[in-house]
Amino acid sequence: MAFSNDEVLAGLAELITDETGISADEVALEKSFTDDLDIDSISMMTIVVNAEEKFGVTIPDEEVKNLKTVGDAVTFITSNQA
Amino acid sequence: MSNSRIVVTGIGASSPIGGTAPESWDALLAGASGTRTLEYDWVEQYNLPVTFAAQAAVRPDTVLERPVAKRLDPSSQFALVAALEAWADAGSPDVDPERLGVDFATGIGGLWTLLDAWDTLREKGPRRVLPMTVPMLMPNAAAGNLSLHFGARAYARTVASACASSTESIVNAIEHLRDGLADVVIAGGTESVIHPVTLASFSSMQALSRRNDSPETASRPGAIDRDGFVMGEGAGVLILETEEHAKARGAKIYAAVVGGGVTADSYHITANDPEGTGAARAVRAALDMAGASPEDVTHVNAHLTSTPVGDPNEYTALHSVFGDRVREIPVSGTKASTGHLLGGTGALEAIFTVLALRDRVAPPTINMTEPDPAVPFRLSVEPQDLGSGDQLAISNSFGFGGHNAVAAFASV
Repeated sequence: MAFSNDEVLAGLAELITDETGISADEVALEKSFTDDLDIDSISMMTIVVNAEEKFGVTIPDEEVKNLKTVGDAVTFITSNQA
Repeated sequence: MSNSRIVVTGIGASSPIGGTAPESWDALLAGASGTRTLEYDWVEQYNLPVTFAAQAAVRPDTVLERPVAKRLDPSSQFALVAALEAWADAGSPDVDPERLGVDFATGIGGLWTLLDAWDTLREKGPRRVLPMTVPMLMPNAAAGNLSLHFGARAYARTVASACASSTESIVNAIEHLRDGLADVVIAGGTESVIHPVTLASFSSMQALSRRNDSPETASRPGAIDRDGFVMGEGAGVLILETEEHAKARGAKIYAAVVGGGVTADSYHITANDPEGTGAARAVRAALDMAGASPEDVTHVNAHLTSTPVGDPNEYTALHSVFGDRVREIPVSGTKASTGHLLGGTGALEAIFTVLALRDRVAPPTINMTEPDPAVPFRLSVEPQDLGSGDQLAISNSFGFGGHNAVAAFASV
């Protein structure tokens, strides 16, 4: 089952809220994980691990540093779904 | 080491009989029991020989914000909840961060985090093991998180001496304050390990009560039919500071913490020395530091875990210090109500001792069926009046490993 962009964005927002307490409304495609959402590396990896499970994808460690914005993550996840 | 007087200016607790220190104290005086049958599938699944424990009255993750709670093992959650209460109770002291220390304790550390991660690894593989696993399970996690939360930069130290842990952390705090390392210390201890592994291990050791049909009355310190201790969980935190610092900021003062003693038995890894010499030396050391003599002691919060062997050993130890007068001193065995919080127990009992001095009352020891002649302490199922005079009390804790720790408190 493939997730749409909107579904992945909503799911990521849920994971980000759960990990950091940031309101889901704040989570938008253009937001930077570090500069806008103030997510540290441990929280980022926690979100990545949980996103892999939620969306059934693999996000290689070397790919994580390329995921600068929420939009980058949404694009990666939707285009790498099984 | 200076002779600065150290005072208690704040208390906080999350215990099996209350979500705060005042709630726990009121429940204790009312004769409550925090022990209940455990309502988890794993009790039946693993056919555990002991089906009850003294779980905390309030789950700490219902008090803390979720993003905070999920980065903390339950043991650190309890520590933070109790510390937030104690800090607010102390009036949120305005203290230079480099003069604020943390002396904390745990007996076992982040057992739930470790074993949950092991389950995850086996079921889902290494990729699913969360990055916070180790920082959550490490035994210094509570101390580190308290340092972070309250801005304590003098130091953040952890002691692990099993069931003596959080009395030892209080003794350490006295020494650090007297050594001038800090003006204010967040001191205490925590434990949250009511897990099938610990229940199984303590059961194998024959250390736990087996009163599955009557959990509320299972913890019976000093009673002739006691059959083991009851596992508890939770945390206690005391804000300790030099009297000069407390007075300068106009703080409310509960009591003075006037002495501490820590010794080791070198006798057996779990059994305490039946002669009680190590425990007696710890009592004497605490009284020496307090500049007091055994005749001055008006109340004892005993370790009394309700094990067949441990309780008479404590009597032997105290008799060797106090002589026959030990039978006249109002003693409390508060694990009858709270169960045994392991690394959190000393701090919780220190809080009870401080409140006993404030209210001039020794709290009850419930579940006394018939006193054991081998443990002839003055225990009562009712609160015992301590009288209006100056009070000096000791709180004892002894732990696997042969650790003995005693803290002495004086009324103000």
